Amino acid sequence: MSLFSYPLNANDLLKNKRKYKKALLADGSNRISKNIAILGGSTVDHIKDMLELFLLDAGIEPKFYQSEYAMYWQDAMFGNKELDSFNPDIIYIHTTTRNLEAYLPKITDGAEALIGKLESAQKHFSDMWTNLENKFRCPVIQNNFELPTYRLLGNMDGADIHGSTYFVRKMNDFVAEHAINTKSFYLNDVDYISSCFGLDKWSDLSFWYMFKYAMCLDAIPEFAFNLANIIRAIYGKSKKAFVLDMDNTLWGGIVGDDGVEGLELGTETPVAQAFTEFQSYIKKHKDLGIMLNVCSKNDHENAISGLNHPDSVLLPDDFIKIKANWEPKHLNIASIAKELNIMSDSLVFVDDNPAERAIVRESLPCAVPEIGTVESYIKTIDRNGYFEAVAISEDDIKRNEMYKANAAREKELSAFENYGDYLISLNMKAEIKAFAPVYLQRIAQLTNKSNQFNLTTRRYSAEEITAISETDKYITLYGKLTDKFGDNGVVSVLIGEVDENVLHMRLWLMSCRVLKRGMEFAMLDTLVEKCKKQGINEIRGYYYPTAKNNMVKYLYRDFGFALFSEDEIGNSEWCLKLDDYKKQNRYIDVN
Amino acid sequence: MSEKEIYEKLEEIFADIFDEEIKLSPETTAEDVEDWDSLSHITLISAVEAEFGMRFKMKEVSSMKNVGEMASIIAERV
Repeated sequence: MSLFSYPLNANDLLKNKRKYKKALLADGSNRISKNIAILGGSTVDHIKDMLELFLLDAGIEPKFYQSEYAMYWQDAMFGNKELDSFNPDIIYIHTTTRNLEAYLPKITDGAEALIGKLESAQKHFSDMWTNLENKFRCPVIQNNFELPTYRLLGNMDGADIHGSTYFVRKMNDFVAEHAINTKSFYLNDVDYISSCFGLDKWSDLSFWYMFKYAMCLDAIPEFAFNLANIIRAIYGKSKKAFVLDMDNTLWGGIVGDDGVEGLELGTETPVAQAFTEFQSYIKKHKDLGIMLNVCSKNDHENAISGLNHPDSVLLPDDFIKIKANWEPKHLNIASIAKELNIMSDSLVFVDDNPAERAIVRESLPCAVPEIGTVESYIKTIDRNGYFEAVAISEDDIKRNEMYKANAAREKELSAFENYGDYLISLNMKAEIKAFAPVYLQRIAQLTNKSNQFNLTTRRYSAEEITAISETDKYITLYGKLTDKFGDNGVVSVLIGEVDENVLHMRLWLMSCRVLKRGMEFAMLDTLVEKCKKQGINEIRGYYYPTAKNNMVKYLYRDFGFALFSEDEIGNSEWCLKLDDYKKQNRYIDVN
Repeated sequence: MSEKEIYEKLEEIFADIFDEEIKLSPETTAEDVEDWDSLSHITLISAVEAEFGMRFKMKEVSSMKNVGEMASIIAERV
């Protein structure tokens, strides 16, 4: 819904939050539920309310714990029963420059005293982080600090050790450094967001004096939106691909009417510069692993010739799918999603035409930003945080190559008469082993974003995956698949819980990018082998239906499991005796 | 803006915030509206300011006793 995307209508969201919350809860969508503990250094109520709306919109149903007023440090250091039993999935520390007051420099302080103050302030926070990390083992999100409301030393306030501006910047470097060196610790960049909003407006002091808010009420929706993006990203709900219109979106003018030479691109005019910079912005996403696609009402030939304009930054080869035809856009977009094997809610559709945007928004769950005119394209898309990343993984960077390789496989497939011959020709090699530290992050990411080939749809945090990998109560397997076209990375994950001589499958998932390659059989073979080694002679499989995982309803049956029980809503339990199990993998060379 | 118009607009704002129709009179106080607590008071003040394009002084926010006082401050400023 565009209500919950940038540009936000702050006043409307604040005023109608009850109504919107009700409507979101009644829209019938499936949500994962998460416990979020907010440890506040000032009032947090409206922040919590706005955060709730944005999370509900993103498919996450939050339950909140809230510190007593400004008791963030006490809660973190000494705990309390309520927080302990709340079992947080995420801890969010809402502190602001107001919480630094005791440490801020005085003009009369000597150099040594000032260094001491900075160190004490840093210790105040790092003690708390260490404590939370040891106790709760869950992701922690920490605000950095907005710049001070006044500068006693003028411009020198940012350079001199006596300046509060200098001090706040040092603290921000400290938070950033901790974030980049600590797994599951995330920076909420208040410094950036408050600058975007305008610091004077942001730090309207009347809100502090009256309500103990360190920012004005109007800033809260934008603030909470930015925070929600981090949480979305932690649970793998960031978007994966762009679908871009061409005429007046990637260049000025209409290639079919104006011809390639008539397009506005390059450096000749302000408008041409704007489109060129927008193309560069889009192209940078490719390096991040965001897939670029085109959906344009154009003859295919014209579309390609536009991309071959001498000043075009984007080239035909930068795109995975180019749909340039006269079919309705929502049909083209749906088929792009299908061909990429991703859900259409992980697409961002960019089109200058409001009518096209409206139809697509009506028909598909993909994100459709109100991009305005070309000078605001970048800002609107960027501020929406669609591609918010919590870590830059090798897999993300290689994703474009992997999908290109997929396209090459499809092409080759059509040359084979027999599917088995085709699979043999792929020279597939798999590495199937127990969870290893280097893959834990990727494994957690997969549990949070795989929806279709996922038998139980259980979501795990990186901490839970780590814990599971460290005990022998579980048998775990990850599967990596390589073929002659490239490395697909980790694509399948299994978790089984050992109960004497029975193994209960708590998780069985596979990425849709390797459907119909026989990988599931290779996983099963290895699992059975492992079980036998441990004296386990029976595997129990569980299938819990969701709106998205119908494709694996009969997976266990197809594996040769017997149906054990099924309830009225379709939850089923399956059973496989291992004594006379015969290997089923035929095409993949394992380990 | 007439007093009647002010009350009509206020009733719309109250209906949005509290998600129910509320008949306002000058004597209406926070006691009379179930969910009118200190937090929704913040939302209310800010929504009224946005709707009428005016600002309350800090002193007024803490001293307003009922809807009548709120309406007369609005009437002074718009």
